[in-house]
Amino acid sequence: MSVSVQEADFDAGAEIAALSAGRDDVGAVASFTGLVRADKPADAGADARVGADAPPTVQAMTLEHYPGMTEKALEAIVDEARGRWDIYGVRVIHRVGRLVPGDRIVFVAVASAHRGEAFAACEFIMDYLKTRAPFWKKEETPQGGRWVDARESDDHAAGRWEAGK
Amino acid sequence: MNIKILFFAGLREALGTGSASLELPAGIATVGALRDHLAARGEAWTALATTKNLRSAVNQQMVGAEATVKAGDEVAFFPPVTGG
Repeated sequence: MSVSVQEADFDAGAEIAALSAGRDDVGAVASFTGLVRADKPADAGADARVGADAPPTVQAMTLEHYPGMTEKALEAIVDEARGRWDIYGVRVIHRVGRLVPGDRIVFVAVASAHRGEAFAACEFIMDYLKTRAPFWKKEETPQGGRWVDARESDDHAAGRWEAGK
Repeated sequence: MNIKILFFAGLREALGTGSASLELPAGIATVGALRDHLAARGEAWTALATTKNLRSAVNQQMVGAEATVKAGDEVAFFPPVTGG
C-alpha cells in the first residue's frame, strides 16, 4: 500500500525505515513532510502580523477531498514517477479533516539506489500532488472561514516536469 | 439512466449541496455543456459559471470542458485543488 488518505497522524521515521526494511539495495531515501503553518493568509493585509505576540491568523484548517478519485489520482502520480525514475519504493500519506498549525499534513518518501532519483521523484510527486490530487483547504481565521486559492507558482512547479518528458 | 454530479469545496458551499442526480438532457454531450445547463438554472447555480478556473472530472479522471459525458457517468465540478 503506497498511498494513504487518512485523518490520523503518521510516524515519518517509521515510514522512512519501512522503505528499506529487509533489503540491501536501497542507497537513498528522500522524504518530504508538509506541516500546517500558522502564518497569515497570502492576501491578508500588511497589518495582519503585528508583533511577535500577535495570535496566528490561521487557527486551523479543514482538508476536504474527493473520496475515490483522490486515491486514484495519487496512484497515477506514483505510477508516473515509477515510469520516469528507477525507484524501489514510494510512500504517500495525505491527511484530511481538521488540522491545526504544527500538524503534519502530507508525507512523501521515495527509496532508490542513489540520491538523484530519490530527490527528483520525491519532488515530482509533491509538485504533481499539489496540482492534480483533489484536495481543498479551508482555513479558519478570526474573520471566518476562507477557501485557500490555488497558487500559480504550484502550476509552474508542476510544469517544470513537462519539458523533460 | 441518470447522471451523478458531485460538487466540492467552495462550489459545494455556494450550491448548498454536494451532489445532484439528473437525467442527461437531450443535446448535452460534453462536460462544458452540462456545466452551462446547470448554471442556466439561475440563482445559486450560477456559481458554476462564475467560479474561476472551475475544474471537472468524469468518472474520477480530471478532464477538460470538451470531454464527453453519457448516462451513468459520475461527473464532478470543483475549484482548482489546494492540497499538499
